[in-house]
Amino acid sequence: MSIPSRTAPAAVAAGAAPRAAPAAPPHAVRLERLSKDYAPPGATAAPVLEQIDLTVPPGGFTCVIGASGCGKSTLLHLIAGLTEPSGGTVEVAGGHAALMFQEAALFPWLSAGRNVELALRLRGLRGRTERRAEAERLLALVRLDGAHGRPVHELSGGMRQRVALARALAQQSSVLLMDEPFAALDAITRDVLHEELVRLWQQTGCAVVFVTHNVREAVRLGREVVLLSSRPGRVAGRWSVPVPQPRRIEDAEVACLAAEITDHLREEISRHGRA
Amino acid sequence: MAAPDTGLVEAGLDALESRPRPGRGRPARLRDRLLPPLLGLALVLAVWQLVWAAGVEPDWVLPGPAEVAQSLVHAAGQGEVWPSVGQSVLRGVLGFAVSVGVGTVLGLLVGRLRPLRLAVGPVLAGLQNLPSVAWVPPAVMFFGVTPAALYSVVLLGAIPSIALGLVSGLDQVPPLFLLVGRNLGARRLASVRHVLLPAALAGYVAGLKQGWAFAWRSLMAAEIIAVSPALGAGLGRLLKQAQDTGDMRLAFCAIGLILVVGIVVNLLVFAPLERRVLRARGLAAPGR
Repeated sequence: MSIPSRTAPAAVAAGAAPRAAPAAPPHAVRLERLSKDYAPPGATAAPVLEQIDLTVPPGGFTCVIGASGCGKSTLLHLIAGLTEPSGGTVEVAGGHAALMFQEAALFPWLSAGRNVELALRLRGLRGRTERRAEAERLLALVRLDGAHGRPVHELSGGMRQRVALARALAQQSSVLLMDEPFAALDAITRDVLHEELVRLWQQTGCAVVFVTHNVREAVRLGREVVLLSSRPGRVAGRWSVPVPQPRRIEDAEVACLAAEITDHLREEISRHGRA
Repeated sequence: MAAPDTGLVEAGLDALESRPRPGRGRPARLRDRLLPPLLGLALVLAVWQLVWAAGVEPDWVLPGPAEVAQSLVHAAGQGEVWPSVGQSVLRGVLGFAVSVGVGTVLGLLVGRLRPLRLAVGPVLAGLQNLPSVAWVPPAVMFFGVTPAALYSVVLLGAIPSIALGLVSGLDQVPPLFLLVGRNLGARRLASVRHVLLPAALAGYVAGLKQGWAFAWRSLMAAEIIAVSPALGAGLGRLLKQAQDTGDMRLAFCAIGLILVVGIVVNLLVFAPLERRVLRARGLAAPGR
């Protein structure tokens, strides 16, 4: 097993040829033989993720699905660098990935716009007026013009997730990680946000890794769908989605592929029933 | 039928599902806030007046409201009241300010450092349960009847509340916020400043409020017990003086003034602070 490491291709390139413009990396995210267990040092524990190989191209859209216990959230935390791998490597273009959660997780003591401004400030954007203008622009991008001063608790669930999306975009990462971001929303709102996400993905050109337990959602959004098995999480199947965007969740091709993937998911889950 | 544009559907959802700002006139709010406490006060005075008028106890044991008011005016005329109030409030504010400084640092350390928490946490909780009057005798033995004795009692009363308020505020910070902060790029100090402290503010303010109550109480206890001409005026001393001269009216005056100071500080400082903090987080009902 290789030594755990996190490397940023862009940073490595810059180190080899100082200040030269880094060549566009051939991938946005690359995971090789990635494993994770939560054993304390010296002890052993059942791995959460085992030998994951996954590559997301620049501007790609990969949906990761799986039942409970497949380590979907752990996978995103590993890519985001919030936890260290037990084995294998994680490479992220630019060295940083923005992460969105199921709850919008906006800071309730800041207004919608201030939440976005905080991300800009922590990114290192100086100047209050610049931050303010940039926050307004990002809010307009998620169609929340004029929501800058509104308290977060006044906003609906869908609006909060859009503010969270604006905040994630404020980080200017080339990779956007989403952990079941629409799971808590009602069907209509989710539908609209699917359209918005695809629009912004096409507009910004960032790569998206989208985790969900909803197979239809995965096929509706992704260019590629990856199925993870549970305990330990391993890659149990990959599908590329040949349907062009714009798609709708009701489209026959979407439903058809979703049915096929669901069969595999059910098979995966039932293995645990037999054991 | 042509499907409406996504942006239009979205705007419709936003309008239907977000909570509008509550719009209520300021006079109505002020009236709603002032009227109930004034009615409550009037009720207390009315019952007091009735009991006094029924003559249950002689006047020198239970004076009526009017007599107490007269006594207050008389005492004020002799120049006893205002220096007492001023001196006590000054001591209370000074002692509280120092307690805030010490309690905040202590709370941050205990809240964030596990070994310190295991060692000091139970002691702090114990100190909070200890009536601060208990500190008066040792403080007097240690410092003599000096301002230092008074302040040490105030500090010992207020610091545990403030520190523990901050600790409980820090405990209630959702781990998700810390994760978000890290993903946004907040490292150590930036994380404390932009995530941890604002997230813990509600608990901290509750601790400050309780800390002030404890500081004021402790000060009164200390002033009643540790009396010396060297210490000068004070509300506690006024109360002690009333006891020594058997002046029940003056005693009622002093108690009334102690209450008023507590209530006024709460109304002017802590209630607005708490309301602001809670409202900014969407935790308080609009009317509060």
